[in-house]
Amino acid sequence: MDARFWLLQVFNGVSYGALLFLLGSGLSLIFGVMRIVNLAHGSFFLIGAYIALSVIRFTGSWLLAIPLAALVIAVIGMGIERIFMRPLGGDHLRQVLLTFGFVLLFQQGALDIWGGDNQFINPPKTLAHSLVLGDIHLPFYRIFIILVAAAIGLVLWLALDRTRVGAIVRATVDDAEMARGVGIDTSRVSMLTFGLGALLAGLGGVIGGGFLGIYPGQDLEVLPLAFAVVIIGGMGSLTGAAIGAIVVGLLDNFGKVLFPQASYFTLYAPLVLLLAVRPTGLFGRE
Amino acid sequence: MNRRRKMLTGLVALLVVAAAMPHTTPFLLMLFTRILILAILAMSLDLLLGFTGIASLGHAAFLGLGAYMTAILAVRYQFGLGWDFWLVAGFGMLLGAGTAAVFAVFALRARGVYFLMITLALSQCVWGLAYRWDTLTGGDNGLNLPSRPVLGPIQLGNDTAYFYLVLAFFSASLLLLYVFVESPFGRSLVGIREHESRMRMLGYNVWLHKYIAFIVSGAFAGLAGVLWAHASSEVSPQDVTLTTSVDALLMVVLGGPGTLFGGVLGAVIVLLLREYLSTIVPWWPYVLGAMYIVAISYLPDGLLGTLRQRWRPAPVADAPSPEPLRRESNKGFNINQGGIK
Repeated sequence: MDARFWLLQVFNGVSYGALLFLLGSGLSLIFGVMRIVNLAHGSFFLIGAYIALSVIRFTGSWLLAIPLAALVIAVIGMGIERIFMRPLGGDHLRQVLLTFGFVLLFQQGALDIWGGDNQFINPPKTLAHSLVLGDIHLPFYRIFIILVAAAIGLVLWLALDRTRVGAIVRATVDDAEMARGVGIDTSRVSMLTFGLGALLAGLGGVIGGGFLGIYPGQDLEVLPLAFAVVIIGGMGSLTGAAIGAIVVGLLDNFGKVLFPQASYFTLYAPLVLLLAVRPTGLFGRE
Repeated sequence: MNRRRKMLTGLVALLVVAAAMPHTTPFLLMLFTRILILAILAMSLDLLLGFTGIASLGHAAFLGLGAYMTAILAVRYQFGLGWDFWLVAGFGMLLGAGTAAVFAVFALRARGVYFLMITLALSQCVWGLAYRWDTLTGGDNGLNLPSRPVLGPIQLGNDTAYFYLVLAFFSASLLLLYVFVESPFGRSLVGIREHESRMRMLGYNVWLHKYIAFIVSGAFAGLAGVLWAHASSEVSPQDVTLTTSVDALLMVVLGGPGTLFGGVLGAVIVLLLREYLSTIVPWWPYVLGAMYIVAISYLPDGLLGTLRQRWRPAPVADAPSPEPLRRESNKGFNINQGGIK
C-alpha cells in the first residue's frame, strides 16, 4: 500500500462521491424544502439513465441525451409532487409508502420497456481515454464526472446564494410558515424544487450509466447511499451535500478495498452514530 | 365490538383457517404459512407504529437476524433440527430483543423523519453484514437450510405440519401481543402516541416505555425470522432489504395501525397480491405499486380503521381523532413537533 495505491483510491472515492453529489444534492433539496422522504429518488436516477439510453439509440447523440433525460425526469417528478404528494401534507410515513408505490411502478415499467439485461451508456470516444501520470491511469470519464459535479454545485450555490429565487427557496427551507406569511408561494417553490431534485437525480443516472452501468435493482441500491449523503450533510444544505457525498464516496470505496467483509457496515455504522449524536447532520438546521 | 366478541371472532377465524388449510393446494398452504409469519412481523411493527406512534423503516433487520441465526446454526452446527428447535425459537426472540435493545439506544434519540432515517441506517448495517460477510452468511447467495426440524414423530418437512406449527406460533404471538397492548403498560404507550408531552408531565418515563416497546417488537420480529428461514429453507440478503421493511409498513398501514389485527389483514392482502397474482399475470407489480398509491391516497386509516368509522354511529363533536398518524398530516410543516419535549 504505497502512495500510488492511496492516490488512486482517493481518486476513485472522490469521483464516486461526485456522482453521489448529483444524486444527493437533489434529495437534500427535496428534504430541506418540503420535508418529503422520497424513496423514488433512486428510481429517478435509474429511469433517467434508461431514457438517455433510448435517446442515444434514436438520435445517436450523447450530448442531447443528457439534458433531455434530465428534463423528462423533472417533469415526471413535478407531476408526482403536484398530484400525489401534495394531499399528504407533512406525513412522512405516508410519503414513504406512496413513493415506494412509484418505485414498484417504475421498476416494472423499466423492466417491460428496457428489459432485464445490464446495459451501459457509452460516452464519446474522447472521454474513453485515461490521463497518464507516471504509472497511474486516471480515466477521463471519472475526471469528467468530478468536473460536472463541481460545475453543477457551483451553479446551484450561485443560484441559491446570490439570486432572488435562491433567497425564496432558502426562506422556505428555514421557515415555511413565515415565508408564506410574507407572500411567497411556497407551494410553487415546493413543486419546482421537487422538479429540480428529480432533474439532478436523472442527470446523475445518465452520467452514472457510463460508469456504473444500468441494471434492474440499481434504483434501490443507490437510494440508501443518497440518504447517507443527505444525513451526513444535513437536509437542505448544499455544502453539506457536497461534503457528505465525498465522505460517502470515500467510505464506500475504502470500505470495499480495506474491509471487504464489512464494507457496507463501515459506511452505515458511522452514519448511525452521527444521527444519534447530531441528527441534523453537519450543516443542517432543525 | 366488545372484547369478548372480538376474541370469539378471532378464535373462530383461526379455527376455520386451521380446519380448511389441509384441503387446499400445496401452493396455498405454503402461501398461508408465509402470510402468518409476515403477519407476526406486521403485528410486531404495529406495536411500534400503531400503538406507540413511532414509524420504523428498518424492521427487516430483526427478521433478517432471526432468519440468519437459524440458518447459520443449522448449516454450520446442525443445531436446531430436532427438539432443540425450541431453543432456536427462543434464541431468535432473544437476539431480536437484544439487538433492539442496542438499536433503540441510538434510534430513540431521533424523532420524526430522523427516526425513519436512523432505523433505515441501522437495518442497512445488518444488510451490509449479510451481503458482504460471506464467510459467515454466504454473501449474495445466502444460505440454504438442510431440512426442517424433526420433533420426535412430527416431521416439519411436511408442509401441513409446518403450517400448524406456524399457526400455533402466530396464535400465541397474537394472544401475547393482545394482552400486552391491553395491559396498563400498553395503554400508556397509546397515551404517549396521543400526547407525549402530557404523558411526560404526568410522570411517565416516556423513553423507557418506548424502549421496552421497541424490545418487545424486536423479539417478535426475530421469532418471525426463525420461522421465515424454515418456511423457504433459504435465507438471502434480499430478506433484509428496504423492500421488506417497507412491505411490513404497508401491511400495517393498509390493515389499520393500532389494531394489531390490521397487520394480519394487510399481510393477507399484500402476499395474496404478490405471490398469487404473480402466478397468473406477469404485470402484477403494477397492481402492487398501484395498491400502495391508492391505499395511501384514499385509505388514511387503513381498512379496519375505515370500517370502524363506518360502524360507529355519528362521531361526537370535538372528540379526538383516534388516529394520530393522520392528525399529524394536517399540520403541514410540523411546526408543533418542536414544542415542549
